[in-house]
Amino acid sequence: MIRLGQLRRYRPAWIYRCLALVLVVAAAALPARAQKFDGESFTLANGMQVVVLPNHRVPAVTQMAWYGIGAADDPRGKSGLAHFLEHLMFKGTKTIAPGEFSKLIAQAGGRDNAFTGPDYTGYHQTVARDRLDLLMRLEADRMTGLVLDDAVVLPERDVVLEERRMRVDNDPAALLREQLMASLFLNGSYRVPTIGWEAEIRRLGTEDALAFYRDWYAPNNAILVVAGDVETAEVRRLAEQHFGPIPARPVPDRVRLDEPQHPAAARFEMKHPRVAQPSWRRLYLAPSYREGETRHAYALQVLAEIVGGGAGSRLYQSLVLKDGIALGAGADYAPSALGLTIFSLYATPKDGVAVAKLEAAVEAQLRKVVEEGVDADEVRRAQQRMQAAAIYARDSLAGPANIVGAALSVGQTLDDVAAWPDRIGAVTPAEVQEAARAVLIERNSVTGILLPERMS
Amino acid sequence: MRNVRSVEGRVIGAVLAILALLAAGWSSDAAAMKIERVTGASGIEAWLVQDRSVPVVTLRFSFAGGASLDPEGKDGTAALAAALLDEGAGPYDTTAFHRRLDDLAAELSFSAGHDEFDGTLRMLQANMAESANLLRLALGEPHFADEAVERVRASTIAMLAKQARNPRSLSGRLWMSDVFDRHPYGRNTSGSAASVAAITRADLADFASRQFQRGTLVIGAVGDIAPAELAALIDRVFGNLPQGGANTVVPEASPADGGALLVSRTAVPQSAVTFGQAGLKRDDPDWYAALVVNEILGGGGFRGRLMKEIREKRGLAYGVSTGLVPYRHAGLILGSVATENARVAESIALIRAEWQRMRDEGPTEDELRDAKTYLTGSFPLGLDSTRRIAGLLVRMQIDGLGIDYLDRRAGLIDGVTLDQARAVARRLFDPARLSFAVVGDPAGLESTRPARQPLH
Repeated sequence: MIRLGQLRRYRPAWIYRCLALVLVVAAAALPARAQKFDGESFTLANGMQVVVLPNHRVPAVTQMAWYGIGAADDPRGKSGLAHFLEHLMFKGTKTIAPGEFSKLIAQAGGRDNAFTGPDYTGYHQTVARDRLDLLMRLEADRMTGLVLDDAVVLPERDVVLEERRMRVDNDPAALLREQLMASLFLNGSYRVPTIGWEAEIRRLGTEDALAFYRDWYAPNNAILVVAGDVETAEVRRLAEQHFGPIPARPVPDRVRLDEPQHPAAARFEMKHPRVAQPSWRRLYLAPSYREGETRHAYALQVLAEIVGGGAGSRLYQSLVLKDGIALGAGADYAPSALGLTIFSLYATPKDGVAVAKLEAAVEAQLRKVVEEGVDADEVRRAQQRMQAAAIYARDSLAGPANIVGAALSVGQTLDDVAAWPDRIGAVTPAEVQEAARAVLIERNSVTGILLPERMS
Repeated sequence: MRNVRSVEGRVIGAVLAILALLAAGWSSDAAAMKIERVTGASGIEAWLVQDRSVPVVTLRFSFAGGASLDPEGKDGTAALAAALLDEGAGPYDTTAFHRRLDDLAAELSFSAGHDEFDGTLRMLQANMAESANLLRLALGEPHFADEAVERVRASTIAMLAKQARNPRSLSGRLWMSDVFDRHPYGRNTSGSAASVAAITRADLADFASRQFQRGTLVIGAVGDIAPAELAALIDRVFGNLPQGGANTVVPEASPADGGALLVSRTAVPQSAVTFGQAGLKRDDPDWYAALVVNEILGGGGFRGRLMKEIREKRGLAYGVSTGLVPYRHAGLILGSVATENARVAESIALIRAEWQRMRDEGPTEDELRDAKTYLTGSFPLGLDSTRRIAGLLVRMQIDGLGIDYLDRRAGLIDGVTLDQARAVARRLFDPARLSFAVVGDPAGLESTRPARQPLH
């Protein structure tokens, strides 16, 4: 599945897959229902928004600081800088020694991590409810007090290079993904990988990181989400105490470059000895909540569910079950982005089935939606599943905090989050067909085919 | 998509599941959580934690058996059965069964480890009875229809081929198959292409009848459900299963951890390494001391010595961690790391040196205190979803920890003395037995002997 992904600060290798699944579910796939979160929001005098999501299931609290800065804001020639800085935010301040941040959290019996996406950078910690004061003190401290030198920066750059090798260079599907993205976005800001191009990562230095930090890390460019066994009044008191004294500073405008008309569809075929199974994917440029024909954003979510959301979807039913030509097939669409986003499809052929045949079968299904539309019944069933997913999203502490933070970071409001189930429920079959017509346009697409190559 | 994913999720099987639990913060002092023992009229018992904050119920259960019931030459039978239970059962064929699951928004999954066969049903409170009925059918009346068997078999074989080109899973397989040699733990729970090809419909039906017996069943339930409702539900779902227990005898394993270094050479930029040696089983009197010492050496996040030496100081890897892996018939301490080919020998030398240092010196007073604080403090933080809590309830029953375990766990960890920790470090860490499996093109490393088994 290809979407605008995010990178995390660390991930123990053995549990890599498990965590990956959990994160996709917690952070991306499930929009949610804020009216049931009972979320409250206030803004400090310096412009920092604070959202409180009370959840009294366990005596714990999760704090997330979301900065309005991401990989798509990396300066030209310095790809990977937002992500590199995220790593370096743990390297100490005027008052906290390098590595001390995570140590203090662990000593409080808590856990912490961080992530970088194209549009935002997030830092989160979970501790027992009576330690929120510590979290706020530490997060506020590094909002202004970061201290870096080559002694800590250069080894961390090697860590990021290892991270790139692990995520990308050792994985042919990830290598192809980079090329697909660079081709889907001719000019758009998401064409550059979040982790950065290797040669550019190698040149990132201490001054680059500090300059980027000074530009973007300010209270007026941050959203604090606090979820858990807490009350709003206490959160407000602590936030005013720790973050309140930090003065607002001017922050540059964020630019998401316009995408020109695409004159032609693009195709890439990659043969690689580490590929075991051929696979096919197709990406279409698509509107997000913020950019392009935004009115299609909800209908596109329903479309993705109908076409490729699990075993009941049209692609799975036709390609996998009825025709028996695919091992798997699906669709994906994530509307949370500042710029244009992606509507994607994928399929894996059964052994002996030509990729061209598979592609023709997917295209036939897409044509059917565009030409004949979708049934009222399948729309209703898709809507019910999606609304149920919003209920499941509340079945954890970090889930709602992730959803709210990600939404607000790309310009959505708490009301938007709260209204999500109703807006999904209001989508009509005609709107789904109209969205399909608007987005499934060949020249706005990139197709990627991954094929095995005999090992020498 | 569903099949491929569910099969993939099982790849690393029990090891992964256990490490995920450890990483999820398996510790204790969540004394606030009330566990009730619920017994149905049939005599079947479940442990319950009621939580009404979200209208969701998760039921998890486990039968002793899993891959240990695989017939000779047919490794992967349990795993294949697990992937097929939701592919048609009772009155529903594949499509109808998935449609029912979709319409109820129920999430049903099964997995087979070396020692157990596990299942999870997450459901909306409003759809509980009907969702549970699907589980009853899956366990009691699975079809194993020819079409579904062939389809899921093809997915499994494709997944195995993919796994065989993934450096990280390969290094894990290489390590396990070498250290356990001919013991069942040395086999892949998903089987091999040849063994999966050999499994017949009769094998699957026979497996189901041997596996799904009440004798070794344990159940954990969490969420919006009253004890009387749960009692009725477990009677309906499990009440018709036969009384016996799985009839298999798995011999005790003695890991052949002779300190070998195995290199499987392949052209990737980064070498993936699995390392470890024999550890402790769950009922070992030294378990809690070992848990603390492992946390100090190989704790995740940024807590462990290995992470400090290998990532923080030298930038040699994105992550490195170790975990205790308690199988029923063997214990392991197992870790992994990935470093670029040119420098991976340095990572391995550091791991050996830290193994030796822990054996010689044990932990310091400060390290012991911090590790205990983390292990006790982070535990309740991980219990934030119905799925995780239900998983804990199942694990507690399998391990025979007692229903009051949560009240005692913090005390068991806090009670570990420095002398005990040092003694267990001497007992546990032996560089002469520390074995490595490297997949990549590592500079300056050669196998110290041939692998005991070819990887298929």
